[in-house]
Parts: sequence; C-alpha cells; structure tokens
Amino acid sequence: MKQLSKLAWRNLWRNRRRTLITLASVLMAVILAIAIRSFQKGVYGNMISNAVSFSTGYIQVHTKGYWNDQTINNSFEAGRQVQQALNNTPDISLSVPRLESFALASSGQHTKGVEVMGIDPAKEQEMNGLGKKIVRGKYISNSDGQGILVGDGLAKYLHLSLGDTLVLLGQGYHGTTAAGQYRIAGIFHYPLDQLNNMLVYLSLPDARSLMAAPNRLTSFSLMLKNPDDIDKVTTSLQHTLDSTWEVLQWPVMNKTLMQEIEGDNAGGIIMLGILYIVVAFGVFGTILMMTMERKKEFAVMIAIGMHRIKLITVVILETIFIGLLGILSGAVLVFPVVLYLHIHPLALTGAAAETYQQFGIEPLLPTSVDPRIFLSQGITVLCIALISALYPLWYINKFKLAETLKQ
Amino acid sequence: MPVIEIKELTKTYNETVVPVHALNGVNLSFEKGEFTAIVGPSGCGKTTLLNMMGGLDHPSSGQVIIAQEDITKMDTSHLVDFRLRNIGFIFQSYNLIPVLTVRENIQFIMELQGRSKKEIDERVHYLLDAMGLSDKINVRPKYLSGGQQQRVAVARAMASKPKFILADEPTANLDSKSTETLLNLMANLNEKEEVTFIFSTHDQRVMDKAKRIVTLEDGKVMNDSNSGVLHETA
Ligand SMILES: Nc1ncnc2c1ncn2[C@@H]1O[C@H](COP(=O)(O)OP(=O)(O)O)[C@@H](O)[C@H]1O
Ligand SMILES: [Mg+2]
Repeated sequence: MKQLSKLAWRNLWRNRRRTLITLASVLMAVILAIAIRSFQKGVYGNMISNAVSFSTGYIQVHTKGYWNDQTINNSFEAGRQVQQALNNTPDISLSVPRLESFALASSGQHTKGVEVMGIDPAKEQEMNGLGKKIVRGKYISNSDGQGILVGDGLAKYLHLSLGDTLVLLGQGYHGTTAAGQYRIAGIFHYPLDQLNNMLVYLSLPDARSLMAAPNRLTSFSLMLKNPDDIDKVTTSLQHTLDSTWEVLQWPVMNKTLMQEIEGDNAGGIIMLGILYIVVAFGVFGTILMMTMERKKEFAVMIAIGMHRIKLITVVILETIFIGLLGILSGAVLVFPVVLYLHIHPLALTGAAAETYQQFGIEPLLPTSVDPRIFLSQGITVLCIALISALYPLWYINKFKLAETLKQ
Repeated sequence: MPVIEIKELTKTYNETVVPVHALNGVNLSFEKGEFTAIVGPSGCGKTTLLNMMGGLDHPSSGQVIIAQEDITKMDTSHLVDFRLRNIGFIFQSYNLIPVLTVRENIQFIMELQGRSKKEIDERVHYLLDAMGLSDKINVRPKYLSGGQQQRVAVARAMASKPKFILADEPTANLDSKSTETLLNLMANLNEKEEVTFIFSTHDQRVMDKAKRIVTLEDGKVMNDSNSGVLHETA
C-alpha cells in the first residue's frame, strides 16, 4: 500500500499545472457548496426557531385527534403522567401549557369571533417574549382575575381601550356555556394582522373557569435545547405516552413554513447539482487523461507482474488525493468566512426585511456552522470524484496488454 | 530439461475479419543459460512469439511449457503471478516508471514479490554495480541516456531472479556504442550467472554476439543454429 500511495502521489505531481487546476475547481466547488448550504441551513434554522416560538413550538403534545378536531372537548387533564413524561425528557428546554378555544367577543354594538388562548404568562414570555409585544397596559400573571390581553386590531374593531370590558361567549367543556366578562389589561401588537385581529389571551386559571375545564389543557408546546433532537424527542415521547396522546412536530402543524423552506431548499440543491457537475467533469477529465497517457506504463507494470487491481488502487488513490486536497483546503478556507457570518450575520434591508418582520422573523441571514454541512459536502464531493473515475478504472481493467505494449 | 518448450504454436490475429497468421506451428525449446537471438524480417512474428513465451497474449493453438506448466492454459490473474516469479522483461523503449528513481524502479518488482528489505537493498546495489550505474541510484529515468535507461531495465528484469529474460529488440533505440555496452553486460551476466536471455533483433552486430540464432519467416522457424541449419545456408 505504501508503494501504491507513493506511486499515486508522485503521479499526481507529474503534470503539476493540470493537477492544480483540477484541485482549484474542486476547491471552488467545495467553497461555494459549503457557503450555500451554510446560508440555507442558517436562515432556515432562524426562520424555524422564530416561527415555532410564535406558534406551535417544535413539538406539541395533545390528546389523540385534537389536531384534526380542535375543540375543547379534545382537551386533556394536565395530570402526572404527561407532566412526568415531559420533565423526564432532558432535551426539552421548555414546555408551555395552553388551553385554546373559540368564542364570540363583544363590546357594545360590535361582535367578532376570536381565539381564546389560556396561557401561563411566564412561560409564554420565556418562549416568545409575549410581554414585550404589549404596547399599552400591562402583561398578566398566572392567577385568576387578571383581565384580558387583546391585539390592537381587535381593540380598534371593537372600539376598546384599556380598562374597558370585553364579553366572551362560547362553548365550554362538555357542552357547557362559556360566558365571562373581562377587563382589558393590555393591548399587544404582533407583526401579523391575523394575530392582531383575532387572538386574545387569558391566564390559565381565567381560561379554565371560563370554559368550565378545571385543570385541563389542549396542548403542551415544547421548545428544545437543540432543534436537531426533534426526532429523538418525538420518538421518546411517543414511547412514554400511551396511545391516547398525539405528539406532532412543527412541519405537520405549520405546513406553509415547511413548504416555503422546501421550495427554497430545492433551489439550493439545483445550485449544488451544478457545482457537483463541475467537479465531476474536472475530475473525470484529469483522471481520464492521467490514465490514457500512462496506458503503456500501466501495460509494462502488468507485464512485469503487477495485478490490475493494484493499478486500479493507484488511480483510486490519485482520485482520493485530488478530492481530499480540494475538499480540505476548501473547507479550511471557507470556515473562517462562515464562522464570521455566523457571529455577525448579514442584515436584510428594505422590502425583504419588512416581509421577514411581518412573519415575526428577525431580518438576519445567519450562517450555520454545523459540522455536518462540511462533512456531508466533503463526502458528496469525494463520492462524485470517485464516480467520475469509474470510466478510467473500467478502462484499466479492460485494455489489451499485448496491443498496448506494442504502441 | 528445457526452460521453455514451445509446441505447435500458432497465432492468428483478426480471426473473424482478415485473418493474419502471425505464427504457423512453431516448435522450439530453450535450455538454461542460453543467449539466443530470434531474427527475421519485420512482420515475421518475433514480437508475437516473445509475447506468447512471456504469457502476455494467448495463442490460437499450441502449448508453451515453462517449469512443467502450460502457460497457455492459465487465466490472466495466474499469469500475472507467474510472470512475476518466472519471467524477466526488457522492452525496446526501456519503459521504466518515470516517477520512480533508478533504485525504486529496480525495487519495485522485488516489492511486488514481497522480498525482505535487506535482500532488496543488497540486490539493488549488486545489480547497479554490475550495470555500472551505482552513481545514478537516486536519479529519475528522464535524466539518464537511452543506454543507461536500458541498463536499468536489464537490472529490473534481473531483480526478480527470473528463470529467463525476454527482450524484444532491446537495442533498436540505441546507438552502436550503447548497443555494444549493453550486449557485453548481458553476455557477461549470461556467462557468469547463467542468466538465460532470449532476444529478438535485426541488428547484425547483436546477432554476432548470440550463441544461438533462430530465424523466423512468415511465422515459421526457417533456421535454427542449434540444429546446424544456419551454417549450411550461410
Ligand atoms: N494486434 C495485431 N492485430 C493484427 N495483426 C497483427 C497484430 N500484431 C501483429 N500483427 C501482424 O502479425 C504479423 C507478425 O507481427 P510481429 O509479431 O509484430 O512481427 P515482428 O515483431 O517480427 O515485426 C505481422 O504481419 C503483423 O502485421
Ligand atoms: Mg516486433
């Protein structure tokens, strides 16, 4: 093997210029591929973490069937089993209880359908900084008689201001009538009109008494220490909780975001595909030339007693050397750039920035420094290089000894 | 017992299209310690014959028996090992491995044979000394003259301690001085160490050095000095 590596290494530098050009093309492709991936992953991570913290969390736990039929009758008792299951899963950084239902909100002449969300204000604050969205009045705490938080859109529609009273009327747990009146404790503003116009928050105790659902919840929204653990946590919860529960991940619950990411991702993959083709042709051309111009040399080596498989090994080693040199130097060159942009993300400006803000996402383009990006790009490029060497390898295995020696 | 025995050997190229009968029933045998020239006009079948004897190509019919084994029946993979253990090759255009130094070129084949480092070192020095190239040990082939390269090629062929060495027109690319040096070295090795050399040539001076001359014509043995025929016709 030492002998073969020596041959391969020296052969590589026989035509220094050609090898350097090939290396440069691999290197450029690796740099671009890692940069593209790192931006995409970084931006998606940012979008997802923003989006899930304003809505479902990475994972939600419900009674089985709740997601398809979101009524208070599909709520669950916040009992020990589920609490323990969540507490015993160390990868969960936060579990946020909610009790959600729909009601009619009216004030004087005006009525509007709203989504009533019973929350643990401290936990909600931790998850998405809800308290900071209050533009007038005060945030609430987790006890009864706290009053209600309404969006500024709804407040305007119902002509409400701080201290006014809002009447909620809806269906409570198991067919009871839910009715109550609440003082406006705070008015919040979200970047999304949809939320401003139809969302109201009560403390959990207030929501529970309104809906006649003591100690009940419709969901736990879970935040994770590391979003990559989402599958692991899901599986482990599905395992611990029995079949009366459902454990759903954000892509199921937020299809729009998922589709947006998938669409953008597909664009990135096409770019990568083009880069890979560049690598493939560069390596293919070089290895093919290196093989063809050494035909006779190869024939001589076989004649004096070298097995073809050893020659094939030499060419594979040459390919691996080119691939690894290009990949490693590319990764080393691009890493500081990616790291810098991870710590100091590029900021979006103008219309793009506004769109982001409307979705509740910081208008930043952070890169990801996930080592798996480097690893997967490296492995992919190496595989492509090796696949490009298949034809030369096949040729080595097939060429006619006596005829080649004569040339 | 002969080192090589060739029986009724034929080789037809392009069997399906325009058949070329390169060898037409050749019978020959070679003993240990021979210094034999295969001669004849261009196209008479010298290269084809040497290729068959070296196991580099398969004949159309007939046998090539080396060390009691008919190599025409061996599969290509066995043939590689067989060549490595039994046959030395010298080529017309030297064909050293350009990325390896003189020492490495000679080592190469012994490393393939799996010989010990000590044995390899000793033999490299011995052979380079015999070839008068000790001062070129760490030089790459492109810095050597043609004659020097061909001497390295002889050393390489000898390195594996083969039963015999085949050389297809080894002097065709050399000037007359280099030709003479090379042949003297080969003749010397043949004398002192009983190395068996079988080479093709159409150079009269090379033939003059040969102990035995086999003349081919149209793929047949016309004359063989061992059977005395050459003297009658000469
Ligand atoms: N690969 C081949 N395909 C077809 N014909 C060949 C091939 N190799 C050699 N020949 C023919 O076989 C005959 C013998 O060739 P060769 O053994 O090379 O002769 P020499 O070495 O004596 O010049 C010639 O007529 C030559 O044209
Ligand atoms: Mg010839």
